[in-house]
Amino acid sequence: MNYLVGAFKLPCNIFISFADGRIRKQVPLKKENGKTVMVALFQSQESIVGEVVIEPVHRKKVEHNGVKIVLLGQIELYFDRGNFYDFTSLVRELDIPGELYERKTYPFEFSTVEMLYESYNGVNVRLRYILKVTISRDYVSNIVEYQEFVVRNYTPPPSINNSIKMEVGIEDCLHIEFEYSKSKYHLKDVIIGKIYFLLVRIKLKNMELEIRRRESTGSGPNTHVETETFAKFELMDGASVRGESIPIRLFLSPYELTPTYQNINNKFSVKYYLNLVLVDEEDRRYFKQQEITMYRLLETS
Amino acid sequence: MLLIGAEDEEKWLAEGIAGIQHNAFYLHRALDSNNLRDALKYSAQMLSELRTSKLSPQKYYELYMRAFDELRILEMFFKDESKHGVSVVDLYELVQHAGNILPRLYLLCTVGSVYIKSKEAPAKELLQDLVEMCHGVQHPIRGLFLRSYLAQISRDKLLDIGSDYEGDAETVMDAVEFILENFTEMNKLWVRMQLEGPGRVREKREKERSALQELVGKNLHVLSQIEGVDLEIYKETVLPRVLEQVVNCKDDLSQYYLMDCIIQVFPDEYHLQTLEMLLAAFPQVQPTVDIKTVLSRLMDRLSKYAASSADVLTEFLQVEAFTKLSNAIEKVIKMQVDMPAVGAITLYVSLLTFTLRVHPDRLDYVDQVLGACVKKLSSIPKLEDRWATKQLVALLSAPLEKYNDTVTALTLSNYPRVMDHLDNGTNKVMAMVIIESIMKNNTCISTADKVEVLFELIKGLIKDLDGATDELDEEDFKDEQNSVAKLIHMLYNNEPEEMLKIICIVWKHIMAGGPKRLPFTVPSLVFSALRLVRQMQGQEGDIVGEEVPATPKKIFQLLSQMIEALSAVPSPELALRLYLQCAKAANGCDLEYVAYEFFTQVFVLYEEEIANSKAQVTAIHLIIGALQRMNVFNVENRDTLTHKTTGYSARLLKKPDQCRAVYACSHLFWVDGQDGIRDGERVLLCLKRALRIANAAQQMASIARDSSGPLTLFVEILNKYLYYFEKGNKQITAAAIQHLIELINTEMQSDSATSDAFLASTLRYIQFQKQRGGVMGAKFESIKL
Repeated sequence: MNYLVGAFKLPCNIFISFADGRIRKQVPLKKENGKTVMVALFQSQESIVGEVVIEPVHRKKVEHNGVKIVLLGQIELYFDRGNFYDFTSLVRELDIPGELYERKTYPFEFSTVEMLYESYNGVNVRLRYILKVTISRDYVSNIVEYQEFVVRNYTPPPSINNSIKMEVGIEDCLHIEFEYSKSKYHLKDVIIGKIYFLLVRIKLKNMELEIRRRESTGSGPNTHVETETFAKFELMDGASVRGESIPIRLFLSPYELTPTYQNINNKFSVKYYLNLVLVDEEDRRYFKQQEITMYRLLETS
Repeated sequence: MLLIGAEDEEKWLAEGIAGIQHNAFYLHRALDSNNLRDALKYSAQMLSELRTSKLSPQKYYELYMRAFDELRILEMFFKDESKHGVSVVDLYELVQHAGNILPRLYLLCTVGSVYIKSKEAPAKELLQDLVEMCHGVQHPIRGLFLRSYLAQISRDKLLDIGSDYEGDAETVMDAVEFILENFTEMNKLWVRMQLEGPGRVREKREKERSALQELVGKNLHVLSQIEGVDLEIYKETVLPRVLEQVVNCKDDLSQYYLMDCIIQVFPDEYHLQTLEMLLAAFPQVQPTVDIKTVLSRLMDRLSKYAASSADVLTEFLQVEAFTKLSNAIEKVIKMQVDMPAVGAITLYVSLLTFTLRVHPDRLDYVDQVLGACVKKLSSIPKLEDRWATKQLVALLSAPLEKYNDTVTALTLSNYPRVMDHLDNGTNKVMAMVIIESIMKNNTCISTADKVEVLFELIKGLIKDLDGATDELDEEDFKDEQNSVAKLIHMLYNNEPEEMLKIICIVWKHIMAGGPKRLPFTVPSLVFSALRLVRQMQGQEGDIVGEEVPATPKKIFQLLSQMIEALSAVPSPELALRLYLQCAKAANGCDLEYVAYEFFTQVFVLYEEEIANSKAQVTAIHLIIGALQRMNVFNVENRDTLTHKTTGYSARLLKKPDQCRAVYACSHLFWVDGQDGIRDGERVLLCLKRALRIANAAQQMASIARDSSGPLTLFVEILNKYLYYFEKGNKQITAAAIQHLIELINTEMQSDSATSDAFLASTLRYIQFQKQRGGVMGAKFESIKL
């Protein structure tokens, strides 16, 4: 945002780096301009340690009213553009007001930061974490530099994870029973299941399993709901007959899913659904949607 | 659904092929550059062409084969981890990310086969997984091809695991389990094809299905190739499962094909040991299934197997194969009420062939089969079906061929009962077959009972059957009757008594044949009887017992009945000849009255029946010949007969005939032998009379300007003269001969005829005798030439 300004008359360059930057895991992050950059990955209760390097351009003196670094946790609702809700804001003063003549390094540390919410980039909402370094100046605009990072929180496998089993149908037309082995899946999980055909009187063409994400933002009358279909996975080709059972095996890893988010800071929720769709020869669709819970399991690899 | 035009189909196929080629091109490029991602992407796209529903199975197969070839290349790529750097485990997951099921499963199978080969995971689990996942394709054609691909690609691995680990029944069972599962699913899909689409394209659909049957059958074939599948496994697992599927699918096409497949694919030994189980399935199939063909093939195979070595025969006995088969057939026939007669008969033919091969010694089995067939046949009216009749002929011919001895067939009580069910024409054909078989094997039928049965069998030839209205082909009829005649000669017994019985029976039967047949059959029988007479004559010394039922007299009575029947036909010439034969035989037996009676009959016939002059000439000569040989007659009787004969001779129409007959009559008065009559006077009388007739003939000829004939007559008479002269007939003098030669010479000159070869050689003979010297030479000396 500030690149253009800086290109003209930015008096100094600011570099923000993490102490363990070389070994810390990097994950891709999609920027607003569509580009994907690799950024550092943190989780809650981690200490964010690093240093800020400020280097005046052409050894020009830079006067300032102090340098600080802020760790921001921000929720941005797109329909409410411009409004950022900071749910976390931690400040560290790096320098008292004075002048900068030469390259100077400021170490910083936010120890055991509470970051309950995960970074999220949705249709209508974005949750992100930013380190923001500000060099305050009089008369002229402050010099600001941002460093984004990603937070992901891991959940242990749930102790209770029942299967989803249900019998549905249209009277005298179609009767099926389906079963998904679990109701809670981690992001690299596999959906295993079966569909039993109890009665088939319509001419089916095929059957698909869809993974849908429902993102609801705002609250009350201002609630916006956006549903995306992530996967269309064909389960069956042709028409089944009574007594047949069709296996389900859907690997979730190819899809970029997130955990289920329940009412994040009263601003938004993200839920996942499995939608079983049967299509008949006239392209009529019969479907049944089931909510599943997604969670992030710590990858051991 | 619209009926699809062939042209459109062609177009769709071309499009599909183009699609495959297009993607295959990029696939190859990806493979060359070891780009797994692209390889998966393009192979999935390529396989998407197989998702079409527009093609008939044949065209779809074409498309499938193209994709198949490409998948082989892809498989090679998957195998080589160094090229793509992904472990086979990960690859197995990776291919499952494809959104469309058909490409996904094809790729899964491809990777799966590599996975199994790598032995990184238990083959059992992988196979189960693959066969399970394939459930996702429920479209019959696509599903069949997919599963067929699975079967194909896993085949070598299955053979490996089925055979590699010796004695490890587990792994064998894994392979078997997999194939059975895949087979079951394929069959279900295949059956389901039938139910799709409207009824009017049913026929077309059946055709399409037939085109796919091999895909299903291939599984059974693979099963049979797995070495580890021993009898135990076959009996306990394979067969019950396959049969269960066959019975439960309730589809006639499938049931027919699969039953046949089972029979053809697995070893005979297995069939034999599981016969009961296999046969139990037959009555359970749909009534419309052409079960007879299948069952026949089973029996054919088993009988061939039985014939292969003597060792296996005991096995057949052990498992009571015959009883089981026979019961099964009975059940099948009972269940399939609508089975046409031809079906049932075909079954019996097969069973019979089987019996003959396996239990050649068990005639009762053969009879049992025939009996069962009779039972079935009696429930339906006379057979009209051409095929059924053909089968019935086959049924009846089988024992004949097998036993090389028709007598055996005659002991089968049900044999004639089966024949009763044939139509007239076929009955004849069958009768001919029986006769031919007898002739070919030179079988002698030697008891009256058997003869009775035999004639009962061939009654189609012997007499007109009820309702026989069909036009007879003259040639055929002759052939048939000649065969019967030949057959009569095959009926022979050394015991005169039995032989007489046989003759009586035959006579009884052929008498029923009516005038058309008698001329053919009677001679045979007459000669057969005469042979008996001669035989008895030879044994005369032995049979002087008081009550001998078979006396020549009795036979002659019978003979005269027979010939009398013949004269009623009428066939006088034949009757005449036979009478003469009988007379000769009677002569041999010293039965003067009988012989006389026969001659009487001969003359009666001559007088009353033979009007044709040519026939008369022949008859006269025959009579003369026969009579000359008779030696039983007393003088009075002989005189009567010779007188009659000479009388008839002189009364023949044509002069030359007269002449010849008369000089032939001369022999009646001159019989060589010890007690022969030598009445020189009457010989001369005959010859003179012949000369007179020859003269008259010559005169008649000269009027008609025809001179060659009479001269010949003179030469013939001259020969007779010479004959008697040589034999020492005092009445024939050298002078008389001299006189005759001169007469001939003058005739020759006046006639200026060309030199006669006959005359010349006759004269040469005289010359020869003259020069020979001795008694004969002296005798001829007086003749001057």
